[in-house]
Amino acid sequence: MAATADHSPAPSALSELGAVPWRPRASSRSLRNWGRLWTAWTVLGTVPFLVAAVVLFVLQPLSFPVGLACLAHAWIIPELYAYRGVNVVRPKSPRNERSEPAAQGLLGDLLDHDPRVLQHETGLALEPGRLGVWLVAEAGALLIPPGGRRVNCFCVGTRERELPPSDRTSHLLLALRTDEEGFATVANRAFSGAAWRVRRRLPRGQRPALAAARRAAREMAR
Amino acid sequence: MPKLIRMDHTGHSTLGEWTAPGGADFEAAVEAFRRELDSGYIGVVPEGPGRATQVTELPAEADLVVMRRPIAGG
Repeated sequence: MAATADHSPAPSALSELGAVPWRPRASSRSLRNWGRLWTAWTVLGTVPFLVAAVVLFVLQPLSFPVGLACLAHAWIIPELYAYRGVNVVRPKSPRNERSEPAAQGLLGDLLDHDPRVLQHETGLALEPGRLGVWLVAEAGALLIPPGGRRVNCFCVGTRERELPPSDRTSHLLLALRTDEEGFATVANRAFSGAAWRVRRRLPRGQRPALAAARRAAREMAR
Repeated sequence: MPKLIRMDHTGHSTLGEWTAPGGADFEAAVEAFRRELDSGYIGVVPEGPGRATQVTELPAEADLVVMRRPIAGG
């Protein structure tokens, strides 16, 4: 029998959710709580080193080299976390160059004019959603919640190794459009932190995409 | 003309095109669609920015149906 004309059964939930039944469905609230946890974790990871540096200097000024090492730790730990988060959208080496133009064409067809130009220039596809503004790359995505002050980094992708980079991005974009909360549930959470921290670690060529997404996220909050 | 495509190592391959539901070209596309579902692909109808629908049967009225692979946390 031929297929029916309605998109039946029109499941709104991403089918990949079946692979992670233990994860509660992501929501604005759960992502906000996750962000708060990250902030608390960052504070816990840095404040003790800052306190130790000050206390050591007060007790014995000659201990300043140890204090400097403590300060370095307090600076490096959040930087490493942000670096790990940004890694999810960092450009990978060129692959499947022969099929990439066709894949880029399909991805371009999925995007409106401005996001298409931005994606071509930065490698990041801007996609507004209910949870915020997304920047989708081939192996991960950034979510900038309304307000634009925070960035959540998600590591997610297709395991099909032979796909050209733009097809990998299209996979994520279509999954995101199908079920945004489901997409945020399936994806592994890599980092959540201040936008300025993510921007510093982002390759220069991708920063315009983050700036555009933050602008859109600020608009969303108004 | 409505089209069924699969994202693969070539960028994408056209699996079927049809003019109207019920025709031989549509039936062939339906067969191709089911074959891809059986081999683990997921059918998606892009509906413009921000919207896409997952489908388990080939919708005749859709302009484009894309077969994609499942995604997973990295």
